[in-house]
Amino acid sequence: MTEFLIYKAILVVMVFVVTLLVAMYSTYAERKVAAFFQDRVGPNRAGPFGILQPLADGVKFFMKEEIIPNVSNKFLFIAGPCIAMTTALMTGVVIPWGDTLIIGGQEYSMQIADLNIGILYLFGVVSIGVYGIMIGGWASNNKFSLLGAIRASAQMISYEIAMGLSIIAFVMMTGTLSLNEISAQQAGGVGSEWHLWNVLYQPLGFLIFIICAFAECNRTPFDLPECETELVGGYHTEYSSMKLGLYLFAEYINMFISSAIISTLYFGGYNFPFMNDLGLDHNMITILGMVAFFAKIFFFIFFFMWIRWTIPRFRYDQLMNLGWKGLLPLAIFNILITGLVIVLKGYL
Amino acid sequence: MTLTNRSKVVVEKKMTFLERMYLPAILGGIMITFRHFFKRAATVRYPEKTREFSKIYRGMHVLKRDEKGAERCTACGLCAVACPAEAITMTAGERQKGEEHAYREEKYAATYEINMLRCIFCGLCEEACPKEAIFLTDRIVKTDYGRGEFVFGKDKLVEPLDNRVDVTGRQTPAVLEFKKNKVLSHNK
Repeated sequence: MTEFLIYKAILVVMVFVVTLLVAMYSTYAERKVAAFFQDRVGPNRAGPFGILQPLADGVKFFMKEEIIPNVSNKFLFIAGPCIAMTTALMTGVVIPWGDTLIIGGQEYSMQIADLNIGILYLFGVVSIGVYGIMIGGWASNNKFSLLGAIRASAQMISYEIAMGLSIIAFVMMTGTLSLNEISAQQAGGVGSEWHLWNVLYQPLGFLIFIICAFAECNRTPFDLPECETELVGGYHTEYSSMKLGLYLFAEYINMFISSAIISTLYFGGYNFPFMNDLGLDHNMITILGMVAFFAKIFFFIFFFMWIRWTIPRFRYDQLMNLGWKGLLPLAIFNILITGLVIVLKGYL
Repeated sequence: MTLTNRSKVVVEKKMTFLERMYLPAILGGIMITFRHFFKRAATVRYPEKTREFSKIYRGMHVLKRDEKGAERCTACGLCAVACPAEAITMTAGERQKGEEHAYREEKYAATYEINMLRCIFCGLCEEACPKEAIFLTDRIVKTDYGRGEFVFGKDKLVEPLDNRVDVTGRQTPAVLEFKKNKVLSHNK
């Protein structure tokens, strides 16, 4: 039992550290990628190629003066970023970062908790994440913050519906809510055992899901909650120092986790093509699988940034139009198609 | 008539289904940004690399000395008159016995000040000067914290004896031709 606890504790700490590290360097990557897309150089002063820039930013955040507005609700003002950060970090629990490692005859899973309702858990936690933004924006007692917060909550709630419906079609197909099983179902890919990635079976669902993921992460083109051009800084206008840092950081963690979820659900998770034909032992395959998984995650993080510099921000009515009149019927249509295919398959 | 071949006639037509989906357009946009990803940055990494200056760049002024090292300026004030920004002030002094090595003619500028915050670097002072004493160079006026520091006196303007400033870059053929033209009053 103690061994189990120690192993889980190590895993938790590792996931925590890796999440923070990836989020940290996402800020750097964001700036660098943005620079490349705009034919610039990007941060290159701190360390070689500017790789120490996140550290400099972190130190800057800690050193800055902490301002809590007099008219704000102080408890909620502090609680806001805490909730945002906590919920962002909680989602990493159910993601299968790799297959199992066999050490000394003992099998160790690379997933902190294999919940059989993994997807539901994710949705639950993500929907709490709205409160972080909502509470923070409301507690600031600032018009711009409030507008940003209201936009954020309306947007996230609207897109969660389409996202949930796209997942329903997905679950109808996989027949499980456990992320570990979903990953295992896609094992092999091209190779000796044909288990193709889910994106090929659910292209429409994937499209809806990724659009909703963008909206859930408040990334461009859905960055209305914090659009600088209209709302100063949106929900975090009044925030300064590390509280602002936590909000921004939570956004990057969300991006990382979203990328991980997209990879797990639709792109085979820790599986990679020809994994059964290499003739390597189990541990080696697991490690390679983790590398593949992170490669997929990094690609999607890059994709998030890529889209940011491609598509301009939606207008608010366009956002709502797309969510309710576009994605929602499409998601329902997707469910119908999926159901039809499943029924027809039963007759074959 | 069109000025370029890039202009498009705008038609208010109904979008087709494919266009209303926006996905092909988004893909097009993605490809455009992706091409930019591999383009060379237009940035000049400044402190390590400086851009090449034009030979006739109009930067910080210099008060020239002649071949023997005597100051050419005679404090005639033509530059101050020509200056559209009224940045130049000077006081004249009379050369004493034994100062022939320092000043070329009997009259010289005892003080000569250019307010670099007023100066617009137009080069009219250089054009006005009958003694070829003032030139604009490719040197940059350094930044400073106080406004007072930007009033450059003779200490900063006169070229040092041991470190002469090359102004041949600004002596383009057109300029030399102009200087030879004795019809123009100040070249007499």
